[in-house]
Amino acid sequence: MTKIIFEKTSEGRKGSAVPEKDINIAEISIDIDEEMKADKIPDLPELSELDVIRHYTELANKNICVNSHFYPLGSCTMKYNPCVNEEIASMRSFTDIHPYQVESSVSGNLEIMYLLKKYLCELTGMDDFTLQPAAGAHGEFTAMLMTKKWFELKKENRTKILIPDSAHGTNPASANMAGFEVVQIASNENGTVNLDDLEAKIDDKTACFMMTNPNTLGLFERDILKISEKIHSKGGLLYYDGANLNAILGLVRPGDAGFDFVHLNMHKTFSTPHGGGGPGAGPVGAKGKLAECLPLPKIIQKEDKTFSLMYDNPSSIGRVKAFYGNFLVLVKALAYILSMGKDEIANVAKLSVLNANYLLKKLEDIYEIPYGKSCMHEFVASADRQKNIGVTAIDICKRMLDYGFHAPTVYFPLIVHEALMIEPTETESIQTLDLYSEILHKIQEETEKNPDLLHEAPHNMPVKRLDDVTAARKPDLAYKK
Amino acid sequence: MKFSQEHEWVTVKGDIATVGITEYAADQLGDIVYVELPEIDTEYGKMDRVGSIESVKTVSDLFTPIGGTVIEVNPAISDTTPDGDVNDDQHFEYINQDAYDKGWLFKIRMSDPKDLDDLMNKEEYDAMIKA
Amino acid sequence: MYTPHTEQEIKQMLNTVGKDSLDDLFESVPKEIYNTHEMNLPKSYSENELKKFFRKLASENKVFESNFLGGGCYNHYIPSAVSAITSDSRFFTAYTPYQAEASQGTLQAIYEYQTYMSRLTGMDVSNASLYDGATAICEASIISIAETKRKKVMISEALHPEYAETLASYIGSENIIKVPFNENGLTDYEVLKSKLTNEIACVILQNPNFLGSIENPNKIAEAVKQNKSLLVIAINEPYSLGVIKNPRDCGADIAVGDAQSFGCSMGFGGPSLGFLTVKRNLMRKISGRLAGKTVDKDGNEGFVLTLQAREQHIRREKASSNICSNEALCALSATVHLSLIGKSGFMQTAENNLEKAHYMAKKISELDGFTLKFKSSFFNEFVISCSKETPEEIVERMASKNIGGGIPLGRFYPNMKDCLLIAVTEMNTKEDIDNFVKELSEGVKK
Repeated sequence: MTKIIFEKTSEGRKGSAVPEKDINIAEISIDIDEEMKADKIPDLPELSELDVIRHYTELANKNICVNSHFYPLGSCTMKYNPCVNEEIASMRSFTDIHPYQVESSVSGNLEIMYLLKKYLCELTGMDDFTLQPAAGAHGEFTAMLMTKKWFELKKENRTKILIPDSAHGTNPASANMAGFEVVQIASNENGTVNLDDLEAKIDDKTACFMMTNPNTLGLFERDILKISEKIHSKGGLLYYDGANLNAILGLVRPGDAGFDFVHLNMHKTFSTPHGGGGPGAGPVGAKGKLAECLPLPKIIQKEDKTFSLMYDNPSSIGRVKAFYGNFLVLVKALAYILSMGKDEIANVAKLSVLNANYLLKKLEDIYEIPYGKSCMHEFVASADRQKNIGVTAIDICKRMLDYGFHAPTVYFPLIVHEALMIEPTETESIQTLDLYSEILHKIQEETEKNPDLLHEAPHNMPVKRLDDVTAARKPDLAYKK
Repeated sequence: MKFSQEHEWVTVKGDIATVGITEYAADQLGDIVYVELPEIDTEYGKMDRVGSIESVKTVSDLFTPIGGTVIEVNPAISDTTPDGDVNDDQHFEYINQDAYDKGWLFKIRMSDPKDLDDLMNKEEYDAMIKA
Repeated sequence: MYTPHTEQEIKQMLNTVGKDSLDDLFESVPKEIYNTHEMNLPKSYSENELKKFFRKLASENKVFESNFLGGGCYNHYIPSAVSAITSDSRFFTAYTPYQAEASQGTLQAIYEYQTYMSRLTGMDVSNASLYDGATAICEASIISIAETKRKKVMISEALHPEYAETLASYIGSENIIKVPFNENGLTDYEVLKSKLTNEIACVILQNPNFLGSIENPNKIAEAVKQNKSLLVIAINEPYSLGVIKNPRDCGADIAVGDAQSFGCSMGFGGPSLGFLTVKRNLMRKISGRLAGKTVDKDGNEGFVLTLQAREQHIRREKASSNICSNEALCALSATVHLSLIGKSGFMQTAENNLEKAHYMAKKISELDGFTLKFKSSFFNEFVISCSKETPEEIVERMASKNIGGGIPLGRFYPNMKDCLLIAVTEMNTKEDIDNFVKELSEGVKK
């Protein structure tokens, strides 16, 4: 293991230079309440700049990432993160702008926000967007607050949110946080929403049906128009979780399919990097009057064509974050939309779906694919067969790491045993997919002939398989001397 | 020892019932890493949710098969020591290793001993998990 | 763009999957909604066109030569080595470290970040980050509500107004009890104590508060504790911890806030770095990701994401928070930043902020027409009242001179229309400050 940065300290060593003091303190008086004066200096390490660069470069060496590895992490859309977007977002005129500068000094930023909102509306069929939510889950929560507000304004008491059993855990968690009761809707034998169960559970207390389409099994909900009609006939709202928008970007607009509001993940569909956990951005769009409930401030274009932030709207839920959103992430998303443009945007959907189907065909001889012979942008394989001979999905994942591939999403969705959720994305080539297939076949051979190789995997990573149980039983969450 | 549908075991001494989860339940959950226990001096109804049991990848609710007032929780599993300090020496592995003894969870003063009548004996419980 | 497929390869792949065309892959999509709308987007930009386009937009922004805006977002020095690390693709193009063995770099960096935040706040446990300071106080409130089984949250009116608005969206304004601040810009503790009831889950005190004033939470910590409520201290200028007591020593149960000051650019307000730290007894109640140290099967040390059974992907609707993605790369910036400046750089910067702010406050108060609004002690931010020009006029005029002239407070506090909030950091030289003061006096002469 690399030593912890705190273990590398050398008393008195100087790090990077910080700005010098230039005030003559004899000229001033500083009067701080004695009781509030710090009585100790924060215990930070003392290192040279090179010490620090070496340390974090050594840590970087222990990561695998999209730039180095195929990363088919299902539902996370780990597509290539274009370099030009990073260069643009790191321009000083974007990074060194304070959120409370006078509007006349941030016209460029306001225009970026306006354009992004306009294009997101166009791509989804929504009428307005907020760029404030910082991540997908934050967008979902925003949408749940809007749902609450919507029915408050209509003076209807609706308490239930319907959610398919295949949904991401964030959906029920977001609904619960906003004070709703979660009602789970079963999947049918094809892996899509069971309409009978929906029919049985929908009532005049139903506020909203949250859907991911294609769903987490990588299947398009082909009954979407029927579902939409059913929900709307009962006065409920239909919500689109944009986690899987990549499958339909530029081809199908959620708004045209009857969805009333959506959230999108800039760090999935719109190519912004995930940063090892964030920051992302989760804009939320809405149609018609529901758009009035979107958070404030709202970016608008005034009659004189200039842009402004609007702070006043009694139908709004208010704010869900300080300032305006993860602006530097939004810049990258706009750059991505423009570099795709109207000519190429639909290739995202077409080629991501092609790649997933191609890989599915290549792998169907080794894994059970419980739901269907074809898929959208991702598919869920099951390692149930392998488990019968003592090798689990996680064993297979760990072995993939040895061969230079990141693992798929594992054990999700919960409705598939030993799930391996594979999403190749459109930015991968046939050669990479072929190589991946070849390796998985090799791993299958090992599964049959030498399962211990998998039980013990990974073998080539910086560490061997880690003990999650001890980590959780005796949590060690900060370094202590 | 008696057993509930929710895979708890119960032993009784006077009006005090001791409750834990069965070996079968512990096996199903896998390595248990945390238990949220009921609060002492709190009254619960029969089959109330009183806490939860976590393994690395799952969490399941803990119910009380007997109504009454909780009088004690297993100090080897509790978050706090009897003095109210943070317990830095928790032994969740007891539940996996010794479910029926060291892995007990809580003691409850029964409000109605008739609650026991609804529980299964060992043969009935074994038959249930086989089915 | 960014798709590698040749025509030939597409044909070959379609052949493998048994389809005649790409459109055939979408048979499960109802015809009524498939490809029915022509996207009204610009044509595809080349890389060169894209850069030109954004350069033009960038030129419509103004980066102030000297910047005196704070209010939860601060202009601090960031060593070049920070972006050298955060722009390493092995950090920024990785996902959340689900496969621990392939993510030891990210995981160790998070563990180090948690250690930094624990040490700075004096608390025992830090999570891996939250979206920002505003959502961090919301998460702290949710934790407090769950822990105490009470419904209401008490905040000071000197809490960042946008944090207060965010909290109102999260828990409902009917569940927020507000305490005013007094003529010194400090939370009125007598009122606070009088409103403590058995409905209050927690009391949130920002320190230094939004007006820059340094609160003394020790004065209420005991009363809050006796009331069986939790004390939450919010910090959005964490450099202040070089000068004032940490939240632990002020009696806090939870310390939250925004650490954008550490290595994250202002970026028009986002992304920034929400943090959440708690005392040991609240460890299992904390929201967000946690990295923990463990061992591998050979007994070597390594790191994993841990205590995951708290989280939404396992607990679903029973999870106390829905957070999933956080601000990991910003947490990495903070970690690298703190490592680079070290103990002495941290202290030098903290003292520098303190001294410059006091110098500037003194110079302004010597001007005719300006007074310091509050007598309380402050770190690097303070309020002035302006009698001859409105704050809005001042900032417009300063902007035309390439100076970020502070934040007019009228938009947040209707009765403070004459007030301007000014932040001073190590980035403002004495010359910048003198220049600002000179410009202020010019306006008065007019």
